[in-house]
Amino acid sequence: MSIDKETAAKVAKLARIKVEDEDLPALASEFNAVLGFIEQLGEVDVTGVEPMVSVTPMRLKRREDVVTDGGQQEKVLSNAPDAREGFFAVPKVVE
Amino acid sequence: MLDLTYDAPEPKVIAGAKHDWELVIGMEVHAQVSSKAKLFSGASTQFGAEPNSNVAFVDAAMPGMLPVINEFCVEQAVRTGLGLKAQIHLKSAFDRKNYFYPDLPQGYQISQLYEPIVGEGEILVDMEPGIARKVRIERIHLEQDAGKSIHDMDPNMSFVDLNRTGVALMEIVSRPDIRGPEEAAAYVVKLRQILRYLGTCDGNMQNGNLRADVNVSVCRPGAYEKYMETQDFSHLGTRCEIKNMNSMRFIQAAIDFEARRQIRILEEGGEIVQETRLYDPDKGETRSMRSKEEAHDYRYFPCPDLLPLELEQAWVDDIAAHLPELPDEKKARFMADYGLTEYDASVLTAETASAAFFEKAADGRDGKLAANWVINELFGRLRKDGDKDITESPVSPEQLGKVIDLIKSDTISGKIAKELFEIVYTEGGDPEEIVEARGMKQVTDTGAIEAALDEIIAANPAQVEKAKENPKLAGWFVGQVMKATGGKANPKAVNELVQKKLG
Repeated sequence: MSIDKETAAKVAKLARIKVEDEDLPALASEFNAVLGFIEQLGEVDVTGVEPMVSVTPMRLKRREDVVTDGGQQEKVLSNAPDAREGFFAVPKVVE
Repeated sequence: MLDLTYDAPEPKVIAGAKHDWELVIGMEVHAQVSSKAKLFSGASTQFGAEPNSNVAFVDAAMPGMLPVINEFCVEQAVRTGLGLKAQIHLKSAFDRKNYFYPDLPQGYQISQLYEPIVGEGEILVDMEPGIARKVRIERIHLEQDAGKSIHDMDPNMSFVDLNRTGVALMEIVSRPDIRGPEEAAAYVVKLRQILRYLGTCDGNMQNGNLRADVNVSVCRPGAYEKYMETQDFSHLGTRCEIKNMNSMRFIQAAIDFEARRQIRILEEGGEIVQETRLYDPDKGETRSMRSKEEAHDYRYFPCPDLLPLELEQAWVDDIAAHLPELPDEKKARFMADYGLTEYDASVLTAETASAAFFEKAADGRDGKLAANWVINELFGRLRKDGDKDITESPVSPEQLGKVIDLIKSDTISGKIAKELFEIVYTEGGDPEEIVEARGMKQVTDTGAIEAALDEIIAANPAQVEKAKENPKLAGWFVGQVMKATGGKANPKAVNELVQKKLG
């Protein structure tokens, strides 16, 4: 698998990271290096091996259906660059 | 239990300029899980709260906060699956669906793409008595809802409320088995009914607690049958997805518009582009959501914050053992036990509250008579009374039952019964006592009826002559006797006496 300049630009756009045009070839080559390493792992035969999702033998922790949180509008909004009337205020986004 | 068999409805055919076309529709319904707290946080799911007050730091995606799953939401999804006769997957897993939008603070939605909690099931979609479509369910998965953006509070800004962020949703995905706009609406009606019976979603479409994405394509007659035989999608046309509809009327109008749009393109030699479209109810048309297309690469990957969700078979079995009676079973039982028509049984079982009301009113009585009174008189009266719900009925099932008893025992006539019902509805009280106190009892004493009839015969010799020549005119005498007795004479006794005297 090889990442070209266009793919690198697309990935950057999807991640909402601004990359200047002249920096794209370098970024693409870094992607290729990472993918190349990962492709090596593909050489290992894992037939019949269950994918490992965790290193600790733990069951997914669950919660009861009880309201234990919330009621902290001020704290929730305290980091917002702009908040009005209890809402986060953001530049207009209309479909 | 009555085993009902159904015929499949005819698919909807739209005549194009050149030839006929059929519709193929699949639905993705997002149903908000009924729970107190959110899917991965302890914040409340209460609708209509102060903005951003039902928000935990997990929901606001504060750094370092981790999701912990609400066990009851899992139980609700399993219950829904069982109610749709679906496979329950004892192992499922959560994935991240990545996209950017102001009402999604995490930058991803936690969903279940690869291993959903519920697999294949089915819904029988009733169209009319004896006609129903079996729609296959492909899967149900659990996921987080997004927040709400409000665009009309400021000319330059959008306002974001995260109260809904992280509330549990079930996405219920059907196979493309729906064949027309009416079937699509009936599918949502039936699904909503089942969810409400199960208590897993309140089905409130106005609040957005149930919303549908509709996939529409068109094909030439015969193509769909080939798809059903082979399950090969290449026999079907290219589909477009209409997003986020929360009204049965809009669903139908959007499908109809979209099908005709696709037919026009195809007949002009064009091609359908697979895309996401939005229905505009003001203009009655669908339009492309181009912005959605650009970001359509969601780069799903397993959510590293959550281990797989593993269920015990015994736990699932316990939920199955406590499932309530579902609409199809209840309808069949009403038909078998009370001798109701399928239509009446459908009307009464539309909501659990009306079914329960009927069962109490019909207890130990004539089921058909009780059904008539609930459907025609009570429902009719509630509708006139500002479209009241059955749960707000001023008449209790016990009161209605007594009215029915009074009819059955010939104590009151059918006409008087309607008057009595109106009194009970507006004033309340015990029907038996009202009948007694207001002298509404039917006169079955033939002596009294005969006396009234004799008086009328004596006063109207000309009418008597006419009636003797033409027996059809005897009805006039019956009417006069009823009038003279204030409608309380037993109509059967009056008829018999009139026959005897004039016949």
